[in-house]
Amino acid sequence: MTDPLLTIRDLRIEGRQDRGWTPIVKGVDLELKRGEILGLIGESGAGKSTLGLAAMGYARDGTRISGGSITFDGQELMALSERRRRGLRGRRIAYVAQSAAANFNPAHRLIRQFAESPTEIHRIKGRDETEAEGRALYARMRLPNPGEIGFRYPHQVSGGQLQRAMTAMAMSCRPDLIIFDEPTTALDVTTQIEVLAAIRDAVREFGTSAIYITHDLAVVAQMADRIKILRHGEEVEEQPTRAMLAAPREEYSKSLWAVRSHEAAPRPAPVADETPVLRLSKVSAEYVRGTRVLRDVSFDIPKGRTVAVVGESGSGKSTTARVLTGLLPLSTGRVELDGAPLPDRLAGRSKDQLRQIQMIYQMADTALNPKQTIREIIGRPLRFYLGLRGAAQEARIRELLTAIELDPDSYIDRLPGALSGGQKQRIGIARALAAEPRLIVCDEVTSALDQLVADGILRLLRRLQEERGLSYMFITHDLATVRAIADHVVVMQGGEVVEQGPRDEMFAPPHHPYTETLLASVPQMDADWLDHALARREGR
Amino acid sequence: MTLTDIKTAPPTALFGIAVIALYILVALFAPLIAPFGETEIVGMEFEPWSGAYPLGTDNLGRDVVSRLIWGTRNSLGIALATTVLAFGAGAGLGLLAAVTGGWIDQLLSRLVDMLIAIPALLFALLLLSIYGTGIVNLVIVIAVIEATRVFRLARAVAMDVVVMDYVEAARLRGEGLGWLMRREILPNAAAPLIAEFGLRFCFVFLAISALSFLGLGIQPPTADLGSMVRDNAALITFGDITPLLPAAAIALLTVAINFVVDWVLHRASGLKD
Repeated sequence: MTDPLLTIRDLRIEGRQDRGWTPIVKGVDLELKRGEILGLIGESGAGKSTLGLAAMGYARDGTRISGGSITFDGQELMALSERRRRGLRGRRIAYVAQSAAANFNPAHRLIRQFAESPTEIHRIKGRDETEAEGRALYARMRLPNPGEIGFRYPHQVSGGQLQRAMTAMAMSCRPDLIIFDEPTTALDVTTQIEVLAAIRDAVREFGTSAIYITHDLAVVAQMADRIKILRHGEEVEEQPTRAMLAAPREEYSKSLWAVRSHEAAPRPAPVADETPVLRLSKVSAEYVRGTRVLRDVSFDIPKGRTVAVVGESGSGKSTTARVLTGLLPLSTGRVELDGAPLPDRLAGRSKDQLRQIQMIYQMADTALNPKQTIREIIGRPLRFYLGLRGAAQEARIRELLTAIELDPDSYIDRLPGALSGGQKQRIGIARALAAEPRLIVCDEVTSALDQLVADGILRLLRRLQEERGLSYMFITHDLATVRAIADHVVVMQGGEVVEQGPRDEMFAPPHHPYTETLLASVPQMDADWLDHALARREGR
Repeated sequence: MTLTDIKTAPPTALFGIAVIALYILVALFAPLIAPFGETEIVGMEFEPWSGAYPLGTDNLGRDVVSRLIWGTRNSLGIALATTVLAFGAGAGLGLLAAVTGGWIDQLLSRLVDMLIAIPALLFALLLLSIYGTGIVNLVIVIAVIEATRVFRLARAVAMDVVVMDYVEAARLRGEGLGWLMRREILPNAAAPLIAEFGLRFCFVFLAISALSFLGLGIQPPTADLGSMVRDNAALITFGDITPLLPAAAIALLTVAINFVVDWVLHRASGLKD
């Protein structure tokens, strides 16, 4: 039993690019004992998911394992036939993916999918026995109504519940090893904490080994016994969790740590009698007549300041943005731009009013037209709003690219597909800036980015704000982002504003109970945080 | 599609491109290539293959080689005009329905459902017997029928693009319908539409040939591949394969277009991205 469960030596994986192969994982070693949890951290493109899949002896389409050895429980996976490897997957090594919603089959009930692996694929158990075990596992994963929930379809349960059901499904054959690939990244903080606790307890209970892949340091600190940091397909360093948190050795690891504690200096409050750039007064809105998704929302966005709108999904923060951009007409209340009422429908607004409010999106991938070059993307608002053409337009595009810290000569003719996520988001910012707006609505602009890249974007936004006197409405569920950028915080729940005030007041007690829950759910860089947070919850 | 793309094309696609190019050349230069005129009677009826008439003569004593060349030109030209018309109308309205939504979408979609519910060939026969045969009528009737299929595809593809944030960004900018359809949606829906263009072209080609075979398509003495099969069908009973040659010409072009379409679809399915 002292033998390691999984040993990976000098693993090399390559990905197909055009007609050649480029290395993705460049000689990584890994060792995992029975019952141990290893955290894998790294930015996107670091090769962590590829490495996680390789632990099952699996290479995604377009990739191949080109060298090294993977030994699982004494067997060399690379030497086994694909058929034998398939026999191990699901039964002895299981996988939990990031998006449970995309990985469940929407046409089958949860319990049927739970039972598929043990009864139909590996045929090691009977159906009744498996379904009884399923109910027990659902109870252990603290799913509400464990006896009944299995009979629901995936779309009938919430995202957090689905992620727990997926973990239960991975455990259906009692595997020795589970690979978790960012299982909580897509969840709200308040849901994430429940899923984390459920996963950790279940894994501990059965003595399952696990590889936990994430880009969130604070999350991995709760889950893992050891942490390995990857970058560009190579190992940066590996240490036991507590040692790693206390003293990262490498420069790169230290830079990851520094980002977490970034905080903006407080700025003086805006002049009280100055007209705010945007004022929402008692705004209500509905998608379907009679069911209000926003109720009496009121707040101001002062000139040159950032207002963060915080809340879980479904709290109405994105709906608020839709109302003020004119995509969703409001049913009562009013929106004022610079003291003048703003027509509530998009079609009723003048070109100049449209120009004043610009938007930056969460998914930079879908926010830029893949068939337009950077020149066309940034040039269009310049021509549309300001009538710039030819040389004047070209000069302004270059000026904007310089402002967002991209070299005009090498980027102006590219298509969005040839940019990284962070660069795409910068182009989104440049497109918004091109209109010379007063207010920019930022909808979760950093949540799809790696921490270091996100930090760069926040710094850029802040610099642009100071240079150009812009106002931001920052929609986010990440309180670390709020700390880094906001002057004023609006907390929303169920379509209503529950609390608002200057940032420092909001982060200091006393809190509204909901704000308290939100704050307490944000993972901290402390290996004991989850235990403490759960204890506090129980206590209440 | 650039030259470098063609270099990486598989052999089947290259074959398809070569065959299509050949047909286009034949169609364009028919007057130069054809040894005799389209309707010129050069000999006896049903003469066998010989040095003077490589594929013999037809039921009226016209040279089969010349008829094939002229027939290719006519059938290809009419099919192309019909397909372009069907695409202009179908894709344009499909994009419009996807962008505007609401009652315009409902009206157009239900109208198309109604037309699709009637079997295409019967519908064409009916319309042609009401309005009379003739090339203009033929083109319009087939274009209307095919446009309904194009509408469905264009609308479905555009629906996927309409929900993208860059379309919302353009709406928020205040862009008009024309810009949204032409600049934001069409370029991103183009690949499946181009592939569909190839397939539709085949169907149109077959539909025209079928109608000609039934006597409602292109009228004699104009040469076209479909009616050539019918005119010389009697020869088959004597074990002569000449009547099958125009049919083979149709089949070859259809296969060639499908090879190219497969390749375009394969590229558009995102395997390269």
